[in-house]
Parts: sequence; structure tokens; C-alpha cells
Amino acid sequence: MNIYVLVKRTFDTEEKLVVSGGQIQEDGAEFIINPYDEYAIEEAITVRDAHGGEVTVVTIGDEEAEKQLRTALAMGADKAVLINTEDDVEEMDQFTAAYILAEYLKDKEADLILAGNVAIDGGSGQVGPRVADLLDINYVTTITSLEIEGETVKIVRDIEGDAEELETSLPLLVTAQQGLNEPRYPSLPGIMKAKKKPLEELELDDLDIDEEDVEAKTETIEVYLPPKKQAGRILEGEIPSQVSELVSLLRSEAKVI
Amino acid sequence: MSKKVLVLGETREGALRNVSFEAIAAAKKISGGREVVAVLLGEAVSEFGNELIAYGADRVITVEHPHLKSYTSDGYGQAFMAVVDQEQPEAIVFGHTAVGKDLSPKIASKLQTGLISDVTDIEGEGADAVFIRPIYSGKAFEKVKLKEDGVVFISVRPNNIAPLEREERSGDVSSLSVDITNLRTIIKNVVRKSAEGVDLSEAKVIIAGGRGVKSKDGFEPLQELADLLGGAVGASRGACDADYCDYSLQIGQTGKVVTPDLYIAAGISGAIQHMAGMSNSKVIVAINKDPEANIFKVADYGIVGDLFDVIPLLTEEFKKVM
Ligand SMILES: Cc1cc2nc3c(=O)[nH]c(=O)nc-3n(C[C@H](O)[C@H](O)[C@H](O)COP(=O)(O)OP(=O)(O)OC[C@H]3O[C@@H](n4cnc5c(N)ncnc54)[C@H](O)[C@@H]3O)c2cc1C
Ligand SMILES: Cc1cc2nc3c(=O)[nH]c(=O)nc-3n(C[C@H](O)[C@H](O)[C@H](O)COP(=O)(O)OP(=O)(O)OC[C@H]3O[C@@H](n4cnc5c(N)ncnc54)[C@H](O)[C@@H]3O)c2cc1C
Repeated sequence: MNIYVLVKRTFDTEEKLVVSGGQIQEDGAEFIINPYDEYAIEEAITVRDAHGGEVTVVTIGDEEAEKQLRTALAMGADKAVLINTEDDVEEMDQFTAAYILAEYLKDKEADLILAGNVAIDGGSGQVGPRVADLLDINYVTTITSLEIEGETVKIVRDIEGDAEELETSLPLLVTAQQGLNEPRYPSLPGIMKAKKKPLEELELDDLDIDEEDVEAKTETIEVYLPPKKQAGRILEGEIPSQVSELVSLLRSEAKVI
Repeated sequence: MSKKVLVLGETREGALRNVSFEAIAAAKKISGGREVVAVLLGEAVSEFGNELIAYGADRVITVEHPHLKSYTSDGYGQAFMAVVDQEQPEAIVFGHTAVGKDLSPKIASKLQTGLISDVTDIEGEGADAVFIRPIYSGKAFEKVKLKEDGVVFISVRPNNIAPLEREERSGDVSSLSVDITNLRTIIKNVVRKSAEGVDLSEAKVIIAGGRGVKSKDGFEPLQELADLLGGAVGASRGACDADYCDYSLQIGQTGKVVTPDLYIAAGISGAIQHMAGMSNSKVIVAINKDPEANIFKVADYGIVGDLFDVIPLLTEEFKKVM
């Protein structure tokens, strides 16, 4: 089975955000594999181990993203591809990302493509379904279980808390939801092996993509932090009197009840 | 410049979802006075048409087909694109719901346009409209607009854009017949896990419990208060992991993102991943035994105390005044 995983390097959102000059400052911040993409990598490895084949992890980014690709290789992926857009792309949005990924994938005859259901930084959840549409293959989002039996793929997906059971077939793109599996940690031998696994670096030229073809459709005008919340009020006194004070505050001051 | 806008209406448990009314309000802003056309897809949905008009749609188009009984991206995609071909809209608004999240990127891809997802606010009107959306799990916001001419496509986060007042109005509800073929996904079954009644992502009041609730039974007083206030019960991952409740209730970075008017956190410490799902709620109340708990940092009002004392008293107190 020919398996591809779309992996995004993201800012660890446990980090404190600093905005200056209308941009998030990335200097010195920790970067991780988008947590949902870790589920996707784990699932890809499991499927390969059960059905044979090869897992290739693909990311669009700059040289820094090599680190996340090596981590994926250390988890057990076979090959990695970095599509380095640093010199070619000034502005990027979900259209751009999906277009580049689809151009890379279009002649790969992938049986299964896995992505995260959403990136915890950009947070749109668009890239997976957009790639599937461009490749004209079916997709299923927010999956929590995947079983491949011959031609049939049995999936459970999360729909706002309910579990939808469905059947479809390959080729297919799925996006991973929490609950799909427990991603493994890279083992020490895994980390050693990863150093020797192939990591290919491509640029837009190698994919025959013109810069104009991937021009972003949307434009970010401003990035800002939410206004600082005023310090809240810790009520005082006996519990019953605190409770009645709270109820009257919610009714008269906050006016939410 | 004004724009003709299409809005996808959604139903759940035999009623229109609130987010559909909110999407119409968003569409009105973008339309700058031009027509807002609501679209309903399903097996039998025309009965809901007039309600969308009462909330501000000028016209409603329904596509009814047995293959639209359950949502699939193929079925809904074909139906919605048929409406797009007929109406040639200049803007589209979806709710950022399970259906909206799954379908909107496909439609945007087919229209080769940008899509601004999970919008919580709109500044300006018509062609000048600029969209605000949370990024970095709600720790920052960005203002985004479409770069060039093209279809303006957004999805709106439930509970953020106020719906218009309901008004008795009249408008045309028409049906479009579409041949729905070649569905690549077959829905076998849906296992209901979320609670009956109020939908967590649309609830105006949420009573959320954490590990401090200590057991399944511990959620009962929270449910009672939620029922009284017409709200829903939510949970931290701590409570879900401990099996006090189902994961469908989880709020946070890897659970649901909610923005109710009132969020009461009981026995929740306030981990950063939990806050990612609720910190934009309008009013936050924290109830925790530990005065140092992180949750007090985002709370508007806090009570330091045992939730098993405080919650039943709260229920009693609300009963007195409501
Ligand atoms: C000036 C500028 C430069 C930018 N440069 C970069 C950059 O170098 N790298 C970058 O990642 N983002 C970059 N971005 C942000 C970029 O626009 C978004 O990251 C991208 O459009 C994905 O959108 P999202 O975060 O909403 O992802 P979502 O649609 O929420 O992501 C869902 C899933 O799609 C897959 N996916 C998303 N992005 C990628 C990717 N880049 N590679 C492989 N798979 C992916 C993952 O599986 C992910 O879980 C840049 C933005 C601007 C404005
Ligand atoms: C990648 C990742 C994703 C995550 N995603 C999420 C997510 O989406 N949502 C989420 O919630 N968490 C998430 N977490 C977990 C998060 O880090 C915390 O572990 C979790 O939120 C803790 O849950 P809790 O507050 O219920 O438990 P605890 O941290 O154990 O807090 C329990 C609190 O209850 C109080 N308490 C105890 N008894 C009482 C009583 N009788 N009365 C009043 N107060 C009492 C205690 O003082 C304490 O503050 C994620 C973690 C990771 C690593």
C-alpha cells in the first residue's frame, strides 16, 4: 500500500505568544508536529505494518521543518519529502498549501493519504479536503477508527461528539481526530535509523509550479492578541452568601441570565 | 459593492440550528443590501424554509433527495454546486459545524476561491467586509480578507454573530431538482453519544465539570443546574479520561470550542488546553477548592469552595429568582 501523510510543523500552543509588528514572533519558540498529524503518522505506520507498503511524510515549509520530518521517520515512516517554499512563496494560505501538495501527489498513485483534521495554529481544517478535491479522490474527516478489509474501508468518524459508522473504498484521504490511536514516541534505535532514511527536498520548480499559480487567495491584514481580561473577582464570605451574590451579579452586572 | 449571498441552512434533530440564523445575519452584512438566499439540503426540508425567511433570508432554495438524508461530501457537494451554478453567488456563508467544516473546503476548491474559516466577527459591510478569526487555539486573532475579486466564502463559529430579530416576512421557497449520483461514502449508522437536547457548541449556558467532580454521579448536580438554565453540561479532558463522562462532552484544544454567554467551570484546574476551548466565553465563573487554581485567572467571578456545596446552592438560588 502506497501511503502518504501530510505533516505540518506548528508552533507549540503551550508557548506564550508574542505579537510585534502585526506578526507572531517565532524566535526561540518551541515547534512540534501538529498533534493531529501525529495521529495520522501513527495510523499510517499501523496500516503499513498490517498491509505492507511504504509511508512517506510530506511537508511544505522551510529548512526548519526537517526536524519534524526526522521525528516522523524516527516514529517509523519510511521516507520524507520537504517542499521548501522559502525562496518562492511570499504569502501562503490554505489554497496555496493544498495546491502545492496536490501537485506533488498527483502522479504518486497514493492509495491512502492521511492528514490532521486541523492545524492548531492556523486552525482552518481546510487543507485535507482541498487536497482530496484537487486529486478527485474521496475524503472522510475527523476519523476515530480505520479498518481496511480488501476493497472496503470501514471508518468511524466523530461528528460533534456522535460516532458515525461508514464504508468507502481506496484511494482515499482521511483526516485524524483525537481518539484514533496513541501516537508512539520515537525509540532510540528509531532515531538512529531515521538519520539514514531518505529525506528529499523539492522546490516549486521541481514540481513545475509557477509562483502565480499558487498566489494566496486571502490576505491577513492584522494579527493581534485578545484584549487582556480584567482580573476576575473572587467572592468572599460564607458560601451561601457568596452564592446569592453570584446569582445577583450574573443577573444585574453581567446580565447573562 | 454589494453582493448576492448564499447561506447553507442546517437542521439537527428535526429543527433548524441556531447557527443558520447567525449565518444569515453574517450574510446580511456581506450582502450590503443585496439578496440573501438560504439553501436547505436533505430528504424533506422544505417545511423549514419559512423560518429562514423569518430570520432574514430573502429567498430559500431546497434540494430534496433520498441520497441527502445523511450528510456525505459527495451528495451535499453535488447539491450545493447545482445551486451555485443556478444562482451565481458573489459570497457564501456556512456554519463552522461538522457539516460546514467538511463541506466548505470542497466547495471552495471547486470554485478556486479563498475560504475564511471559523469567523467570529465581521467588520465593515459589503465589499469592505473584513473577517476576524481566532488562531493559535484562541490565543490570538487575525483579520483576513479576500485578496481579489472572487467569491467571498466564510464559515461562522456558532454563538458569536448575533442573529437578526425574528419577524413575520414572506419570501419565495422554491425547490431545485438535482440528480445525486455516485456517492463514494455509505453511511451505515450513527451512534448517539452526545446528550439529548441542547447542543454543546450552541448552548448559551454551559456547566462544565472536571476531575473534581470525582464520579459519574458527581455530574448529576451539574446536569440539574444546566437543565434549570436551559444549558448543557460539558467537561474537561481530565473528567473524560477518568471515565466520569463521555468524550463527546470534552471542551478544549482537542475537544469542542465553545463560546456561551455563561461558562461555569466546576472542579476544573484550568489547563492551557482546556482554556483553548472556552476562554472566549462571555462570562466565566470558576468554582474550585484550590484558591491558586489557574482557572481563576480567566474567571470573571470565582468562588473558592467545594463544588458539591456550591452547585446545589446555586440551583436553589436560581430557582428562587427565575
Ligand atoms: C507569509 C506566510 C508564510 C507562510 N509560510 C508557511 C510555511 O512555510 N509553512 C506552513 O506550514 N505554513 C505557512 N503559512 C501558513 C499557511 O498559510 C497555513 O499554514 C496553511 O495554509 C495551512 O492552513 P491551516 O494552518 O489552516 O491548516 P489546516 O487546514 O487546519 O491543516 C489541516 C491539515 O493539513 C495538513 N497541512 C496543513 N498545512 C500543511 C503544510 N504546510 N504541509 C503539509 N501538510 C499541511 C496537515 O495534515 C494539517 O493537520 C504561511 C502564512 C503566511 C501568511
Ligand atoms: C495535547 C493535549 C491536548 C489536551 N486537550 C485537552 C482538551 O481539549 N481539554 C481539556 O480539558 N484538557 C486537555 N488536555 C489535558 C489538560 O492538560 C489537563 O490535564 C486537563 O484539562 C485537566 O483536567 P481537570 O482540570 O479536570 O483536572 P485537574 O487538573 O486534576 O483539576 C481538578 C481540579 O478540581 C479541583 N477540585 C477537586 N475537588 C474539588 C471539589 N470537591 N470542589 C471544587 N474543586 C475541586 C482541584 O482543586 C483541581 O483544580 C490536553 C492535554 C494535552 C497534552
